[in-house]
Amino acid sequence: MAGSIPLKTKYSNEINARKKPSGDSKLVRIVLIAIAVLFFVIMLLVPLISVFVKAFEQGTKVYLAAISDPIALSAIKLTLLTIAIVVPVNTIFGIIAAWAVSKFKFKGKNILITIIDLPFAISPVVAGLIFVLLFSTSHGLLAPVLNELGLKIIFAPPGIILATLFVTLPFVARELIPLMESQGTAEEEAALTLGASGFKTFWLITLPNIKWALLYGIMLTAARAAGEFGAVSVVSGHIRGLTNTVPLHVEILYNEYKFSAAFAVASLLTVIAIINLIIKNISDWKISQQFK
Amino acid sequence: MNLSIKPIKLKQQSVIPGFGLTMGITILYITLLILIPVAMVFVNSSTLGLKSFWEIAASPRVLASLRVSFGTAFLAASINAVFGLLMAWVLERYSFPGKKLIDGLIDLPFALPTAVAGISLTTLYAPNGWLGRLFEPLGIKISYTPLGITVALIFISFPFVIRTVQPVLHSFDTEVEEAAACLGASRFQTFRKIIIPELLPALITGFALSFARALGEYGSVVFISGNMPMKTEITPLLIRTKLEQYDYSGGTAVAAIMLIISFAMLLVINLFQWWAGNRHKMR
Repeated sequence: MAGSIPLKTKYSNEINARKKPSGDSKLVRIVLIAIAVLFFVIMLLVPLISVFVKAFEQGTKVYLAAISDPIALSAIKLTLLTIAIVVPVNTIFGIIAAWAVSKFKFKGKNILITIIDLPFAISPVVAGLIFVLLFSTSHGLLAPVLNELGLKIIFAPPGIILATLFVTLPFVARELIPLMESQGTAEEEAALTLGASGFKTFWLITLPNIKWALLYGIMLTAARAAGEFGAVSVVSGHIRGLTNTVPLHVEILYNEYKFSAAFAVASLLTVIAIINLIIKNISDWKISQQFK
Repeated sequence: MNLSIKPIKLKQQSVIPGFGLTMGITILYITLLILIPVAMVFVNSSTLGLKSFWEIAASPRVLASLRVSFGTAFLAASINAVFGLLMAWVLERYSFPGKKLIDGLIDLPFALPTAVAGISLTTLYAPNGWLGRLFEPLGIKISYTPLGITVALIFISFPFVIRTVQPVLHSFDTEVEEAAACLGASRFQTFRKIIIPELLPALITGFALSFARALGEYGSVVFISGNMPMKTEITPLLIRTKLEQYDYSGGTAVAAIMLIISFAMLLVINLFQWWAGNRHKMR
């Protein structure tokens, strides 16, 4: 959901970044900082650390066994396949949509942005359900066609990929649109006036300007594709070794009281999340450099 | 004076190429992947007929799940509004060791898969967990109660308020505060009469985003809630349960209710963002 925060003001105020004096007394300051730090530690830091502590509770041997188990490996393989399809498709869509939305003025722009945002607002379970309603071979709208062709989408990898495409659709577009809007079209117009083709203009002018936001958008898409649980759980059918993704495998291990194994596999996803945050911070910093 | 009638133009003239192509692909993609699938929920619900739709919607178990979902999501969003405002203030106005680290880790709930958050929080707040152990002597149970659901929802919607309030605080003119102080206002008066009104649109937007996200959350709650029908069963889980029992029409009807709520939330959020944006432009 990261992209759904109103980013419009995010990039416009960087010039104003002077050090501000605070009128608060020292006591107020210390008390507020203490509350903030305490809340942060209890709500975020402890849950984060506990994943790794629990993962290694029974030693590295159990940890390695859990992540090299054949069922775990097949779950990792399916998750990687999902990422390999979803990330390029939604990255290309995100760039195209961001170009259409941010470089032109047209009626209905806000409606279009709202529709692109829709997957953020919809419960993951409902996101899974809508594809069941379309593609289920027993209840789906397209059931006759699918049965005729012998295709299986729900309770099979294609369903997982479709649901993941849906939930990760907005990320790249949402990262790019505010940035590209704030950058305007002057540079592109100059390049075009000098005779560059449309594609050349995008490749040499626009892309270098948006590369950090794009990278972060791609990382968010990949992380969500790896970690999506609700939507995928509805369409997957939980067939072990066949339609289990990494988060679903975590759920199964946890429900079987194999806690150390569950946390070991979960720690892999947590590492992806941490890499994600590092890239986000680099990208924010690089973008603020551009605006200086 | 120009008396010629202006033709209604959908798009303003521009030298930038590729409008037709990019707009065409965008509309095609969102139609296939978003509009048609989402419309299916309403198409399927409408075949139910109003009477049976109402019977499902008003059934005690559905109503109980909506009560749990709304109650916990509202509580979580409220707590996040208070602490989010405080965190944003502290991160924006004060400097202290570790501030960069905190600021960098705020978005963790967006990056961490919900299932991981779910098992981690459940283990922590279980009666023998690191944090649950502290509450056990007080007779407070967290995991497997509505309180546990609230904790999970606070976690997953944690960054919204901070990230909406922060940029407004960042661009806030401290001179206004100084002027208020010069005119004899106490710090609390300044906060209440100058700062809060200015932050209110962003704060409400953040609250609404938290609330909307918390309402639809599934992955983390399913572990910590214990999933007892009528007590700790949230609406998304009820949809899931109905689907597993092959009650597709029941699940779809409940999904339609949730979708309508999502659309209403989206409308409210957009109105507030528009309001906040306009206030920003005026200055």
